[in-house]
Amino acid sequence: MVTIKELPKEEYLLKGHAACAGCGPSISLRLLFKALGNKVILVVPACCTTVIQGQYPYTSVNVPLQNILFESTAAAASGIVAALRQRNLEDITVVGWAGDGGTVDIGIQALSGAAERETNFIYICYDNEAYGNTGMQRSGATPYGAWTTTTPSGKRERKKDMALIMAAHRIPYVATACPSYPLDFVNKLKKAKEIKGTKYIHILAPCPTGWRYDSSKTVEMGRLAVLTGLWALFEIEYGHFKLNPPSDRLLDKSKRKPVKEYLSLQGRFRNLREDDLERIQKWVDEDWEYYSKLTSSSASDSAPYGKI
Amino acid sequence: MAQVLIDTANHIAGYAAKAARVKVVAAYPITPQTTIVEKIAEFVESGEMSAEYIRVESEHSAMVACIAAAATGVRTFTATSAHGLALMHEALHWASGSRLPIVMAVVNRAMGAPWSIWPDFSDSLSQRDTGWIQFYCADNQEVFDTIIQAYRLCEDEGVFLPAMICLEGFILSHTYMPVKIPDQKEIDDFLPPYRTGWILDVNNPLSHANLVSPEWYMEFRYMIQEAMENAKRLIPKIDEEYGERFGFGHGGLVEKYLCEDADLILFTMGTMGSEAKIAVDNLRKEGLKVGTARIRVYRPFPVEEIVKLAKQAQMFAAIDRHISFGMEGFLATEIKASVLNQKDPPPVAGFLAGLGGRDVTYATIEKIAKKAFRWMREGEVEKETEWVDLRG
Repeated sequence: MVTIKELPKEEYLLKGHAACAGCGPSISLRLLFKALGNKVILVVPACCTTVIQGQYPYTSVNVPLQNILFESTAAAASGIVAALRQRNLEDITVVGWAGDGGTVDIGIQALSGAAERETNFIYICYDNEAYGNTGMQRSGATPYGAWTTTTPSGKRERKKDMALIMAAHRIPYVATACPSYPLDFVNKLKKAKEIKGTKYIHILAPCPTGWRYDSSKTVEMGRLAVLTGLWALFEIEYGHFKLNPPSDRLLDKSKRKPVKEYLSLQGRFRNLREDDLERIQKWVDEDWEYYSKLTSSSASDSAPYGKI
Repeated sequence: MAQVLIDTANHIAGYAAKAARVKVVAAYPITPQTTIVEKIAEFVESGEMSAEYIRVESEHSAMVACIAAAATGVRTFTATSAHGLALMHEALHWASGSRLPIVMAVVNRAMGAPWSIWPDFSDSLSQRDTGWIQFYCADNQEVFDTIIQAYRLCEDEGVFLPAMICLEGFILSHTYMPVKIPDQKEIDDFLPPYRTGWILDVNNPLSHANLVSPEWYMEFRYMIQEAMENAKRLIPKIDEEYGERFGFGHGGLVEKYLCEDADLILFTMGTMGSEAKIAVDNLRKEGLKVGTARIRVYRPFPVEEIVKLAKQAQMFAAIDRHISFGMEGFLATEIKASVLNQKDPPPVAGFLAGLGGRDVTYATIEKIAKKAFRWMREGEVEKETEWVDLRG
């Protein structure tokens, strides 16, 4: 386990990039390089990072970066992995780095295919819960009740649980993360790097521009997402589910903050009614009952994928 | 020793990918292409071919995986047809825009709706403007030879563009013909190891295909056009060299047959070119001065060759196996465009034939030629576009 002091000083996301102030995804990208180093090939579809990296002839990313079509991150990673194997360069880590729209909506087919083929790469979904780069339109990862430009009165459907969808592919490693807990994310990346096969990490990446909160509050927003239980930090290693700190202390409902503490700080949830808040709280509590079952069945069951 | 195989064009395409020492194949099945990627799967599993075979979940992913593998420094191959090619459309632009020398076999099949599995050129000609070089083959030998030639062409530093090798479904794809396969060593001498203009390299970290402002986008497009012009100069040279080494040339950009003294020249593509030669022989016996020119390379379009033919012929007829709805056959349009600025260009009559796999035999082509001759003598093209053998 890496500590803050042990994080490398090298920066591979360079200064002068084009992210918004307080951008959760760009904090995550910086951490990604600190965890994986620079022997990395990054695949980026259409997403905020298309802009963050900067315009030709400049780039703010100091590893080889392949920009690719919106729905095809995992397909591109498959091609790179295959070519690296033919060239005996398998010590290079291939990383797909895509937003939530590019993952849970338009990119899910290619991702599912690559996972089923046991492609040896790390796929990271940085989830700011809407199509951020095009100005906040609803995605399959937008949560219930959230304002977006295409759900002006709030989305009426629930967020897709992409991490568990990926777990259903029986890949060796699935994890969730949040840049508010940088060491948790870094250590998960380091673990993923050592595992052969498809590794999927889903980051909740707060977005001040789209979520409508002050850009100084990104870390706080991520922490509240975790502490209210709306976003659980967990990993599923060879089918075994495990909650990570601080989520592992939140199985007891009384330890979780009410969801209102998180939702009320964001302009995108301005239109939530009292019954919406109750509904969201109920769903979170149900999710945690499920996490509780997964935790106990994973502890008692030694067979991989016994329960997931 | 060269080997003679009697096999289908699809299997021959697989042999060509093997002979080209392709390192990554990403493919998805679709009729009538499937037996190409089945053949390659056999080669890879038996160890005859040392390559990665990515069994992707769609044609879109097949093309993207080829793009990414080509960008990672290895030779790539894929094959598709019709709807598979249409699904790739977006990625075709990405491949040429990225200047990656991917080679793909396109087994021509008509586009639906309604479903059809039989050949015409509506699939590949719909991809005309994607920046891919397009070859159209007339027989199985040409399929093998053109795949090898295409790698040599596409990996030339003056080109660095992808190419599709088009062959008509069933007419070639599932038809057995004898094909001469040169020795591997001879092919290796002709085709050097993979070359590309750039590569994803951890020792030289660059962002590829990132956002380009209006300040530079046009220049990137101009460079693709330059590469196409370079390809136009190189294709005849490569075909000639190949012919000298292996005994088969295919006419470079345009395969011409008895055009020198012809009053009427019939323009065709693909297998219609073979039928047209028989038609020309028969018509010559009747004393009609006719020749045929098979457009082997549709992109880059061989404008200069057509201009040369325009200087010697009195009449052109273009036989198209595809229509641009609301206009006419592509070949007719492009031949007209090629000669428009010439002094007294010959009139161009357009004929649509063989859509959705309807047979176009030498007899069909003789009928077309006779009509064109009549219009030539009357001094008037009666119909801008004639639908040949249309029912009802």
